[in-house]
Amino acid sequence: MTRGFDLVVVGGSAGAIDALRVMLSRVPADFPSAVAIVIHIPADGPSLLPQVLAIPGGPPMKVAEDKEPIVPGTIYFAPPDYHLLVESGHTFALSLDERVHFSRPAIDVLFESAAAAYGDRLVGIILSGGNADGARGLRAVSDAGGMTVVQSLESSEMIAMPAAALQAAPNSIEVNVAGLAQLLRRGDEVQSA
Amino acid sequence: VDVAMPDLEVRLLLEAIFDRFHYDFRSYAMASLKRRLSQACNRLGVTTLSGLQERVLHEPESFSMLLQYLTVQVSDMFRDPEFFLTLRTRVLPVLATYPSIKIWCAGCSTGEEPYSLAILLHEEGLLDRSIVYATDINAQALREAAAGVYPLVRLRGFTENHRRAGGRNSLSDYYHSAGASSQSAIFDPALRRKITFSDHSLATDSVFSEVHLVTCRNVLIYFDHELQTRALRLFAEALIGRGFLGLGSKESLRFSEAAPFFEDFALPERIYRKRSAA
Repeated sequence: MTRGFDLVVVGGSAGAIDALRVMLSRVPADFPSAVAIVIHIPADGPSLLPQVLAIPGGPPMKVAEDKEPIVPGTIYFAPPDYHLLVESGHTFALSLDERVHFSRPAIDVLFESAAAAYGDRLVGIILSGGNADGARGLRAVSDAGGMTVVQSLESSEMIAMPAAALQAAPNSIEVNVAGLAQLLRRGDEVQSA
Repeated sequence: VDVAMPDLEVRLLLEAIFDRFHYDFRSYAMASLKRRLSQACNRLGVTTLSGLQERVLHEPESFSMLLQYLTVQVSDMFRDPEFFLTLRTRVLPVLATYPSIKIWCAGCSTGEEPYSLAILLHEEGLLDRSIVYATDINAQALREAAAGVYPLVRLRGFTENHRRAGGRNSLSDYYHSAGASSQSAIFDPALRRKITFSDHSLATDSVFSEVHLVTCRNVLIYFDHELQTRALRLFAEALIGRGFLGLGSKESLRFSEAAPFFEDFALPERIYRKRSAA
């Protein structure tokens, strides 16, 4: 099965950076969708993820800004200590609202707002992590007709997050690390076989 | 109620609130507003936004509760210490050249920022000739702000922020225990006397004074693009020529039509300066 998507949202916490590095390593420079990523990180200090995960010759990576239009082919990260949300006009918004699952940014906040804005043009991916953030959000992606993907429990360093996500969205595709690398490899579609 | 609520129901509710209570949330950023409405529905035990609308229209006390969900922002004193350090080292020396200094803290919530500004002015020897106008739409938050009382558990974070903002004194010089067995601290009334708290809406009200510095931090992120631009135009109108504007650490003028009114002054700290021709 292959399908076109406009936005890919990704969430993870403990153990997710390695999975993310693998997943992003094959993303071509002309990848046609935008990617928005929430990884639980400490609240203070700048986000170094765009630098840490930068791929030579890959798509541009940056920290998302408030009111910024979502541009296809760009990989965005939530800033530390702010929730990242998607508005229906396909722009980003930030908020300092209370933490969700003790987290800000929270995966649920990004995923639920993205599901409302992008409907079935959305892919939600939950990676390794140590709490249940993202489960509710992945369910929202699924309910809105989007595609849902969860890192397999065997390949996850921490399983609480992917396990909760699978329980909330049981129709999700489970992929191991090698599968993650294939997921965003092609320029014209998300691979989901 | 989940956040997948229909936009139509949200708009109807916001129209009803505006019509009945004259609070205008119609141009708030929708995604975070929906989350707050969802929380309010859960708290009030209603399952739809229509149900919420019925409650707030017929039970005014429910509206007070909803208002807290829609407006209260949690801030800290000297939040983002680098911002206050830059005000101290680069902005206040310019403001010191004026005979009197007026500062507008827009969206002051429970007062953490105006007290921080008053302390900063005091430490730079400018408080006597300064006025801080602190405004918000939430009357309850303004009452708490005017009381100047904060839980002791929050003071440790405030103290560390103040130190990192180049604090010249200990923060404890500015407050004392609110009572023998109290878990709260009350800030020095001398600071309070230089702050004017008042009700003002960036969505519906206009400029009330000419000012030298506007701080409006982590308020614009809750507004949609149009309202954000309206607010920025108000600030440009309120500011004297070459006056300063301070925004939140993740806010910028980049995506606003009001950007031409301002130039960058200290970009990492999100401090802008009004252009002389604006």
